[in-house]
Amino acid sequence: MTSTTFLDAKGLACPMPIVRARKAMKDLQAGDILEIHTTDKGSVADLTAWAASGNHQITDQQQESDVFKFWIQKG
Amino acid sequence: MTEQKKTTIVLFSGDYDKAMAAYIIANGAAAYDHEVTIFHTFWGLNALRKDEPIKSNKSFIEKAFGKMMPRGADKMGLSQMNFAGMGPKMIKQVMKKHNAMTLPQLIDMAIEQDVKLIACTMTMDLLGLGQSELLEEVEYGGVAAYLGEAQDGHVNLFI
Repeated sequence: MTSTTFLDAKGLACPMPIVRARKAMKDLQAGDILEIHTTDKGSVADLTAWAASGNHQITDQQQESDVFKFWIQKG
Repeated sequence: MTEQKKTTIVLFSGDYDKAMAAYIIANGAAAYDHEVTIFHTFWGLNALRKDEPIKSNKSFIEKAFGKMMPRGADKMGLSQMNFAGMGPKMIKQVMKKHNAMTLPQLIDMAIEQDVKLIACTMTMDLLGLGQSELLEEVEYGGVAAYLGEAQDGHVNLFI
């Protein structure tokens, strides 16, 4: 069973989305999913690079108006 | 387990904007699970000053330096468009609007993320800054302390 944790990073500016993501990811088990919502345009490139560096997998990514949504599986 | 990566930053500048860049990179690197160290030397030491005046035994010149330099991160000026202090006021309003973290907030966040803050003791002597005037979380060292971290570092910046 994978559990999904939600992190609301809307309105946060660089570097906060990845700082919060790292903090949230720490409490998860490998295989768990972290769902993150952001509004910072740089966060798309930031979270992609951050996930790759930490061996996490982005399983899904969506954009709804100006909100970016990511589902990242802990590696 | 992958190898622990290291980021080292030398903060030489006492400008608000440059210090902001240094602390944003430091916080980002910490989020990348790097071991992060910021070495503060010369004007960069002012980012570590407490904002209240501290009583200490100082020579005339040291007192004058202490008065002329910004007392703490929030009092630092901009490297461009400082306009005798108007620039920082304006940019802080813009930062608030965009929800960007201020320099003091970035420093707190760095401390929370276990970023190592080191003050160069030799330049502290030159500028007449004592340990009692700097934040409690600061560690002290010289060039060897910096090189020890930087030689096996992966990211190394001089700002």
